[in-house]
Amino acid sequence: MKVLFSFLAVILLILVATMGAFITNLHFVFGIIIPYLAFAMFVGGFIYRVVKWGRSPVPFRIPTTIGQQKSLPWIKQNKIENPTSAFGVIVRMAMEVLFFRSLFRNTKTELREGQNGPELSYGSAKWLWLGSLFFHWSFLIIIIRHLRFFLEPIPFAVQILESVDGMLQIGLPAIYLTDAFILVAVTYLFLRRIFVPQVKYISLPADFFPLFMIMSIAISGILMRYFYKVDLVAVKQLAIGLATFQPVLPTGIGPMFFIHIFLVSILFAYFPMSKLMHMGGIFMSPTRNMISNNRMVRHINPWNPEVEVHTYEQYEDEFREKMKKAGIPVEKE
Amino acid sequence: MAPKVKLPKPGELSKIDFKTPATDWMDTPVEFKPGTFCWGSKEKDLLTLGLPNPRQWSPADEDWKIPEGWETTILEGMAERLSKYRSFKIFMDICVRCGACADKCHFYIATGDPKNMPVLRAELIRSVYKKYFTKSGKFLGRLAGARELDMNVLKEWWSYFFQCTECRRCSVFCPYGIDQAEVTIIGRELLNLVGLNIDWISGPAAACYMKGNHLGLEPHAIAGNIESMVDDIEDITGIRVNPTFNRKGAEIMFVTPSGDLLGEPGIQTCMGYLMLFHELGLDYTWSTYASEGGNFGFFTSNDMAKRLNYKIYAEAKRLGVKYIIGGECGHMWRVLNQYMDTWHGPADFLEVPVSPITGTVFENAKSTKMIHISEFTADLIKHNKLNLDPTRNDHLKVTYHDSCNPSRGMGLLEEPREIIKAVCNNFYEMPENTIREKTFCCGSGSGLNASENMEQRMRGGFPRANAVKYVKEKHGVNMLANICAVDRAALPALMDYWNPGVGVTGVTELVANALVMKGEKERTTNLRFEDLPGKGGNE
Amino acid sequence: MDVKFIEIFNEKKTAISSRWLDAMIASYPNDNSGFLMNQKDRFANPVGYTFTIGIEGIIEVLVKGEDFSESVSFLEDIIKVRAIQDFTPAKAMAFVFQLKTIVREELGKEIRQNQIYDALLDFESKIDDLALTAFDIYVKYREQIYELRTDELKRMTFSLLKKANLMSEIPDQEFEHKDQK
Repeated sequence: MKVLFSFLAVILLILVATMGAFITNLHFVFGIIIPYLAFAMFVGGFIYRVVKWGRSPVPFRIPTTIGQQKSLPWIKQNKIENPTSAFGVIVRMAMEVLFFRSLFRNTKTELREGQNGPELSYGSAKWLWLGSLFFHWSFLIIIIRHLRFFLEPIPFAVQILESVDGMLQIGLPAIYLTDAFILVAVTYLFLRRIFVPQVKYISLPADFFPLFMIMSIAISGILMRYFYKVDLVAVKQLAIGLATFQPVLPTGIGPMFFIHIFLVSILFAYFPMSKLMHMGGIFMSPTRNMISNNRMVRHINPWNPEVEVHTYEQYEDEFREKMKKAGIPVEKE
Repeated sequence: MAPKVKLPKPGELSKIDFKTPATDWMDTPVEFKPGTFCWGSKEKDLLTLGLPNPRQWSPADEDWKIPEGWETTILEGMAERLSKYRSFKIFMDICVRCGACADKCHFYIATGDPKNMPVLRAELIRSVYKKYFTKSGKFLGRLAGARELDMNVLKEWWSYFFQCTECRRCSVFCPYGIDQAEVTIIGRELLNLVGLNIDWISGPAAACYMKGNHLGLEPHAIAGNIESMVDDIEDITGIRVNPTFNRKGAEIMFVTPSGDLLGEPGIQTCMGYLMLFHELGLDYTWSTYASEGGNFGFFTSNDMAKRLNYKIYAEAKRLGVKYIIGGECGHMWRVLNQYMDTWHGPADFLEVPVSPITGTVFENAKSTKMIHISEFTADLIKHNKLNLDPTRNDHLKVTYHDSCNPSRGMGLLEEPREIIKAVCNNFYEMPENTIREKTFCCGSGSGLNASENMEQRMRGGFPRANAVKYVKEKHGVNMLANICAVDRAALPALMDYWNPGVGVTGVTELVANALVMKGEKERTTNLRFEDLPGKGGNE
Repeated sequence: MDVKFIEIFNEKKTAISSRWLDAMIASYPNDNSGFLMNQKDRFANPVGYTFTIGIEGIIEVLVKGEDFSESVSFLEDIIKVRAIQDFTPAKAMAFVFQLKTIVREELGKEIRQNQIYDALLDFESKIDDLALTAFDIYVKYREQIYELRTDELKRMTFSLLKKANLMSEIPDQEFEHKDQK
């Protein structure tokens, strides 16, 4: 049901896009207005969300310590997972953002049948880590690759990336590795939401929708590159026009392009109001991005509240006689 | 109130029923069964603490006596906390429900109840957040995972936020570091706005507020309890130690959870402190006013925690000590490490802790000026300042349970191990993914170590007990060491149920048993008056 | 026990164990997410692990048919878990009787073909014994839960009572005497 709803929503979007693609009069809307709107919503929304997060202070320093603290000189501190320096935090965050360190931790111990009875062995549950890593890195590389449409001359780095990505040299135009990876990875992420009972149980339509969207975007992109080819020169003309705020609408681009760009636009517009914002949030997560030097440097809470306390004087007033009897020194005799 | 007995149809109970149809979690109402929840907070305690809606109530009743308009109170409370805590806001927004945390929670592992998955526990509150604070939730409703706040939701919060021990294990595995402990802390704050707490938390918090400690021991009772420990120490060692109370001008103030002052095996740990400090000739004092290291306010609200924590620095200042040593306790150290300085610092009236015995400067506590007893002892052992006879612990095969908070809210992992290895000859670690930063909770943390919820505690502690069982079978482990007063109170019951024959001890008790004190008589028993191996009459 | 019965039982042993486990897990209406069933890790899923090992152990002993007491420890492990999981006594114990149905369904055809109804009845009597033992165990652990509460209270107050001279330590021998119930 949850899956079906998201699926139908994406199908509907594809139908809308197809309509836009085949009605030439709508090309201006689909090729220029919607992308601009989507981009504005993406940038505006993203900034709005990050600013909104940033406006809430971090009252306490609450890193999750995942290793030995810094204490006595001969005890080896885990400088990354319990960092006491900014450098340590940077490394920790980089490991988290670039290599998904915490997902990698997902180890498990198994009791296997050994030769002499059961043996304890350390297996791992790294599929989620691997799937996510492939998915996100492919996504990033694909986005960078797309810069060649928006920039003239094409930056050297982008060219290098492209040739590495297409290094298998299969087919013409050459097949990109990332196209294959992202499809496989996104399919994996989808299948585990269907077949792993726990994950299925917690999944919402809002978890399936982005997966279907990304799947359709990737498929439309691949179709456009290999099967329903579009006029690349025209596409680039349009893209540069958009990038330089001098939009032009060349004719004869090909309908598949409009489907692709419409879906991308929807994803961009949807991004800031969805869980996809984890892209920004990960950098701001207080359990990961704070220096674990709690006892060395005082952390300031900007709204540190005044609270009612029970003072020593009140305490002594209540118990003075009992304290004296027990030989405990008091302030007032 | 007699439960309604519905007679099953013939064959109903024993019929094989593969896979019941799954209901979505939003359609699965919460049930309250005796043995699985804690009593509600008492009227008098809420009055003492000045908390909202004091009344007599029971979670087993249909009517929880919540004042009209409570929805507004909760939603306004949420809005306020969203603007005060970036953590809360971010954790509400960025979860992708990847499920990495799901099977990391001890309550989920032992019950299979999906609402005990950290992700769903957070979703209980996230769904309400979405409904009232996000556009997508407002318009798309359930499709976006949003739902209305109603009495059933409130009861569900109460049930599940008091089934989370704030152990942070899920946070270790979350790719964004989403910490369910943080969500539970906020969730409990919200519940407290309408007078929903549990007796086992608000009772100790009220006692601590008025009398200085959770047990409600008055000053003469503290002195008396310690005095009787002093007598026992004299019986065992022939040495009379001389602790002082509220003494001005001492170099060090010592603060430990009051659980160590009453009840076994806490008192043996406390005897350990007394013997260790005496042997070192440490210039230290106890305080009857700041007689609680732990902080059950922390399980109520951040304000409440701050109110209780105030006494520690205030008393250190009044007594004019140079720095503070803290005893063995779990959540106490989360609070001291990550909150105290922010609340009540800067502690500029104290000095950076320096061990008077070894001269080691504790740079890691240069701002809070409070060090952990394990740091202090590990330093002594490293410098060979203690005369130890580990053979006195030879009858013990020890394993070590990392308490949640010192491991995931501090990183105190190796210090206690160094100590144990120096005072015991037989030490065995539990399997790797059940210790250190991946340690399993005792199942009774964050104020859940009441007795009415014993079944729940036995469930929550099952993953921990299961790992102990493994080393018990493999190595014959018979003693579970720890550095936490809640552990010392809760684990004996857990061991009695799951692993009979495994005892529970504080690390300092092990130290004191091995400690050869200057001028002591030949010891024939340990601190529990049990015969020492090879020295007792019964052996 | 009937040799033929043991033979056909052994052939279907895996199927019987796995159906028995399924039946047991099915009694967790809240395991909507299938965790207990699917997670095979001993430490990540101690409940599922205890059941799996326990079931194999019990079936092994039942079919060997010699010393019944060997299965008690497996039975204990399982019941200990179920005794604290919110079940009514009937629900907690039902799994023992479910084994009867499973065996009948799995072996029915072979039993008819070989005409060994007596062996089946024998086997079912053993399950009845198992059930009776299970009740003893269940009640023992339920009682223990209440004992734990009082023990906890005792641990908290013993030192106080001792101090107030309201109680003196009972010499070891008496303690031992009391323990031998």
